Amino acid sequence: MEPLDRDLDASEIELAAEPMLINVGPSHPAMHGTVRVVMELSGETIERCDVQVGYLHRGFEKMCERGTWTQVYPYVDRCNYVSPMLNNVGFSLACEKMLGIEVPERCQWYRMILGELARLSDHLTCDGAMAMELGAFTPFLWMVKARELVWDVMEEETGARLTHSFGRVGGMAAPPTPGFKEHVRAVVDQIRHVMDEVKRLLLGNRIFLDRLEGVGVISVDDAVSLGWTGPALRAAGVAYDVRKSYPYLKYGEVDFDVPVGSASDCYDRFMVRIEEMEQSARIIDQCLERMADDGPINVDDPRVVLPPKDEVYTTIEGTIRHFKIVMEGLKLPAGEVYSYTEGGNGELGFYMVSDGSGTPFRVRIRPPCFYVTGGLERVITGQMVADVVPCFGSLNMIGGECDR
Amino acid sequence: MAKALLQLIKLEFPDAVLETHSQHGDDTVVVEPGAWKAVARFCKEQLAMEMLADLTCVDFLHREPRFDVVAHLHSLSKGQRLRLKARVGDPEGEHAEIESVSELWGSANWAEREAWDMFGVVFTGHPDLRRILTYPEFVGHALRKDYPADRIQPLVPYREVDNIEKLPPFDQHEGMSFGRQTHLASRGDD
Amino acid sequence: MGELRTPTVQEVLETGQGQGFATTKFEDLLAWAQKYSLFMYPFVTACCGMEFMSVSGPRFDHSRFGAEVPRFTPRQSDLLWVVGTIVQRQAPVLKRIYEQMADPKWVLAFGTCASVGGFYDNYACVAGIDKIIPADVYIPGCPPRPEAVLDGLMLLQDKIQSGDRRPGIVKPRFDPVARPDMGVVQLRRSKHG
Repeated sequence: MEPLDRDLDASEIELAAEPMLINVGPSHPAMHGTVRVVMELSGETIERCDVQVGYLHRGFEKMCERGTWTQVYPYVDRCNYVSPMLNNVGFSLACEKMLGIEVPERCQWYRMILGELARLSDHLTCDGAMAMELGAFTPFLWMVKARELVWDVMEEETGARLTHSFGRVGGMAAPPTPGFKEHVRAVVDQIRHVMDEVKRLLLGNRIFLDRLEGVGVISVDDAVSLGWTGPALRAAGVAYDVRKSYPYLKYGEVDFDVPVGSASDCYDRFMVRIEEMEQSARIIDQCLERMADDGPINVDDPRVVLPPKDEVYTTIEGTIRHFKIVMEGLKLPAGEVYSYTEGGNGELGFYMVSDGSGTPFRVRIRPPCFYVTGGLERVITGQMVADVVPCFGSLNMIGGECDR
Repeated sequence: MAKALLQLIKLEFPDAVLETHSQHGDDTVVVEPGAWKAVARFCKEQLAMEMLADLTCVDFLHREPRFDVVAHLHSLSKGQRLRLKARVGDPEGEHAEIESVSELWGSANWAEREAWDMFGVVFTGHPDLRRILTYPEFVGHALRKDYPADRIQPLVPYREVDNIEKLPPFDQHEGMSFGRQTHLASRGDD
Repeated sequence: MGELRTPTVQEVLETGQGQGFATTKFEDLLAWAQKYSLFMYPFVTACCGMEFMSVSGPRFDHSRFGAEVPRFTPRQSDLLWVVGTIVQRQAPVLKRIYEQMADPKWVLAFGTCASVGGFYDNYACVAGIDKIIPADVYIPGCPPRPEAVLDGLMLLQDKIQSGDRRPGIVKPRFDPVARPDMGVVQLRRSKHG
């Protein structure tokens, strides 16, 4: 179905009434990201449609095979650019699973805090953009304001607002800054306040609710079969959250709930994200309580962690260790691994094959967005044209992750 | 529990299972490509693997058979995971064919399209095997090890400007000022 | 040059121009009007889009520069923001949108990927939009900070005012070498020895 680029002769220029072909994207304000939807309409109802992705295919997996394992981090960052820290943590955990090491407790709490902050940023962006596409511009500005606060923390900790490349195999690039805990507490309080305001703005708004409720319904079986995970699946009523079902880091020790929907419509997907922000804030509170103020952040393993700089400059052993890790890369043992964490949009998996050299043989990211977007066709078929916008917005397709 | 899963598959398909392992705790079954769909159906219907979490390929250049087709299955109800693998294709990358599982899981539809697009593994019985990430005019399969990473296939011709590699022709007064100083200094030497 | 400027009280008193008008060239007046009413078409593809949201958000707010109104049809817009990586598959789309825009039109390459391709040096990506369409201002950064974006916008306004269509790049705010308190010692090599 490639109707746009064909050559039309004069007789065809008359618009056919039935069926009418309409093309949305790949550069369209409602398709924030780069996806193209070709729809076949009957009146205003979508009879058939074809979702085309790939307009942001940047060769992530090919690029990963060219450097060392550590050099994958910048690419991982730019895969899901709304919550890069979750990708950083996910990739670190995958490498560590392969090496069979576990990072110190303080680092685990630290990773959880940064990860949950990234999740806040992701859900703020998704819900804000969704509201904006439905005409509610003010909540979007409110949420961007709140997201700036999250990014302030990130900038303080990592030095970058958006693309941090902060994870490392066996730890993090740097320990928390001295004022970290107070900063995060203040930010989380402010975000809660902003969220209250946003809820007051949106959830009493008839127009907004009418466009969400009962729109874009998908059955539980379909959602599972399509490989949906994350908020989209939980909105369908399946309480599958990797943090609960297969706890990693310290998620088994903190107390949080998994919000699930019942109707599996756009409203549920919107609200699941709102509730998850509450839960993320709860997790952050508990992590801040339990994170030690001092202690090692990196594993004590000379195979994977760079030696401290004074050692590099003063001892020959330190210099050689540094040289070996930087120039040859980490030697991950030969074999294959599938490691999965809860990303912003669902199960973020890394399937990696190593041949024992310092270069990745194959890095496959299991992109939650890709499978969620794969279900868009089933969601919007039978809906009205105007419903494409909330349906697409509620799925939170991230181009970089979907197309890689 | 995990071992039991592998045992069940071995018992059901004694001839088709080539090897099993549980490296890093991931249960893996390597099956004959001919039995791919039968094993997948067994996993879905008998082992309650409701979700195909991921399906991809790995290219082992110079190996016979060349490609690994890798599927990650996940049972939400039982909390179990399983990796299914099959080896297809000859060293030239031809005859890489395997049966499609898209009628078992909806997610296989796009995953198999991607695997075909990136590796050229043909999934027979797939309803709509088109390129998904690259464009229809693309020649070759990008993630194969013998596809050069920098071989571009432009859809629109590049502009006819002199020195296209070095565009834009920055003015001396543009750009980073400390970079400009060195530039001027080297020009002075000439 | 060419700025419409209200004379100060002092000038009015001294020169006796109490009439409240100014003279300028027509092109300058037009350029002045154009630079403060840029209708933008955001061609947002990738990571830089997040920073683009921030730039339009409350903290940085590019509407202060008269470049607020997005027009999602190229025919009504005169500033094309190319935000993010352009891949080979997207290139025809970008080219078509550029061609649909009416003159005068300006193009702003937002981020390293749009400027030179960034670290995506592979089969999929176009190494800079200037391979396909001409660009006026390049904003480096991966993604650039909003401050850099605002600098780029102001640079573009200067270029519109002066009628300069040569490409420009956003400079860093300060030169670390030029600041004595940075403690940078520059090793200089003697020209003749």
